[in-house]
Amino acid sequence: MHDVDEKARKAQEAKEKKAAYGRDIDLDTFCVEGECLEPLPGLDQLSQEERSIMLKAGVDATEQDRSGSYIQKDTSAIYATSLMDGLEVLPIKDALKLDWINEYYWKLADVGQDKYTSRAYTDLHNGYVIRSLPGARVTFPVQACLYLHQDALSQNVHNIIIASEDSELHVITGCVSGSHVVKGLHVGVSEFFVKKNAKLSFTMIHHWAEGMLVRPRSVGVVEEGGLFLNNYVCMKPVKSLQMYPTTRLIGKGAVARFYSLLVGHPGSELDVGGRILLNAPETRAEIIARAISNGGTIISRGHLAGDIPGIKAHLECRGLILNGGDILAIPELHGKAEGVDMSHEAAVGKINQDEILYLMSRGLSEDEATATIVRGFMSVDIPGLPPDLKNQIDAAVAQTNQEVM
Amino acid sequence: MLRIEGLQVRLGDREILKGVDLEIHEGEVHILFGPNGSGKTSLLMTLMGYPQYRVTAGKIMFKGIDITHMPVHERARLGMGMSYQRPPTIHGLKTRDMISICAGNGEQDVEALASQVNMADFLNRDLNAGFSGGEIKRSELLQLMAQNPDLLLFDEPESGVDMENIALIGNTIASLLERSSTGLNDTCRKRSHPGRRKMGLIITHTGYILNYVPADRGQVLFDGVIACRGNPQEIFQTISRSGYKECIECMM
Repeated sequence: MHDVDEKARKAQEAKEKKAAYGRDIDLDTFCVEGECLEPLPGLDQLSQEERSIMLKAGVDATEQDRSGSYIQKDTSAIYATSLMDGLEVLPIKDALKLDWINEYYWKLADVGQDKYTSRAYTDLHNGYVIRSLPGARVTFPVQACLYLHQDALSQNVHNIIIASEDSELHVITGCVSGSHVVKGLHVGVSEFFVKKNAKLSFTMIHHWAEGMLVRPRSVGVVEEGGLFLNNYVCMKPVKSLQMYPTTRLIGKGAVARFYSLLVGHPGSELDVGGRILLNAPETRAEIIARAISNGGTIISRGHLAGDIPGIKAHLECRGLILNGGDILAIPELHGKAEGVDMSHEAAVGKINQDEILYLMSRGLSEDEATATIVRGFMSVDIPGLPPDLKNQIDAAVAQTNQEVM
Repeated sequence: MLRIEGLQVRLGDREILKGVDLEIHEGEVHILFGPNGSGKTSLLMTLMGYPQYRVTAGKIMFKGIDITHMPVHERARLGMGMSYQRPPTIHGLKTRDMISICAGNGEQDVEALASQVNMADFLNRDLNAGFSGGEIKRSELLQLMAQNPDLLLFDEPESGVDMENIALIGNTIASLLERSSTGLNDTCRKRSHPGRRKMGLIITHTGYILNYVPADRGQVLFDGVIACRGNPQEIFQTISRSGYKECIECMM
């Protein structure tokens, strides 16, 4: 009970607290009341339009090659199912009725961080809890869709993902908005727990409307021998997106890798960071970002901090400015002990003319050559992803590529 | 046929080529000699159409078409291809996909082509990323095999290649140019390529390539002009013996 009071107090205190990064948002201009929707018996009940929107963010209504699904429309969880033993998928509001969730809920993220975490606590709509049980191998991905349908809504979700000891879990989350949504706010708190020797891949694909404001707040922890792959794809226009997912490696040999693919369109502001703290022996971290500014503004932050000799961390940020716009890369390394091995490379520029001419001398037109190079720039090999999931990410990237380039 | 007339080229504010005349007929292979900085690579880049090489006078005719100001990709589609000395790395583009691009996305057995030049293991790697000198050359040849151009420009195809791979490179170039490699006598050569049409222009410093590719003519580029022409073997021997100075003085 004390804990609840404490959180409520923090939420109250942070109600007006501006975030450290990103433009400030007036929360009062968004509505928090959504229509209460009944759960769907099956995903075939979704409209054709909804299915095709979700598919663009990697969420397949046929559930083929999926281990489970969670669908939230506006404020309501309309579908949550696990298709596999050893896998739990449930709306967080249901999970909050269970005792064990208290070991996880708001244990990593801080209610008092800013007005958005405060909002996610006080006006929680829903969100998902996805847990693989000890030893379970959930090789097909679990898909989750956070779908914003109602205009001018502030959608507040809280997600918890737990890969229990010795388990393997892959999650693909698509955040999408309906075609008629002019403006909206998405606030999403996510907490990731990768237990001893577990493997978790989390892939988030954003496919928002141009007028959307997006404030994810993610924190993760990786125990001994655990692996956390965190992939983020945002290639569609969005008004303002700010996030700075943070993960702590607390057990020996824990590994985290963050990959992000960003495209900034005219009028879009993307402020996307990644922070990994290497706090245990033999931990490894890698942050890789690819950013293309197509006329928008992109800030790509990366922060690696290590305080144990022998840890290894690398940060790589490459930016491409295609049609004006600007990219600010801020790579930070913080070594706090002798014997840490940390490096970064950052490059911002235009496409190398020699590469275009090289491809042209093999028969491609200038436009074809440019498209080929951009496609290559955005294709990052992510070690450890199941081939099927990799194909899905590639397909999502290719589709957005085609639409926006 | 390729015909170059009075070609003058500037790179930045420097005049690099000062009136080059050169003709390569169907089925002919020419060797381009010249000291460092004489303009050899510039000539090849100009032929391929690289825009930073600005043609200020003269013209280039290929297959009867004036290509002096034609964009690079149109020249490629017309049948010109080049093996680069130092091609750029393209991250995220698999060598396999580049081979398909070279083939115009037509039917090509990429694996079979690649194994001919020991490149099968490189198909899934990013193009030129971390390739050694020799691997770059083989990758360039593989691209030309898929592209199958009529005029092939080689910029030092054997530089950085170990002795073991020289024969592979040499024989592959010979086959690209429809010239059987050494070991066959002239009669056999003609029989194996009766209607030889491929044209080649090869830059070499070491001359190793001459052991594998029978060449018809040699040209020496010196200070932006063709300073002498003749039998490629003889030119190479003169250069090896006494350097470019004598070669040029003798011819002038």
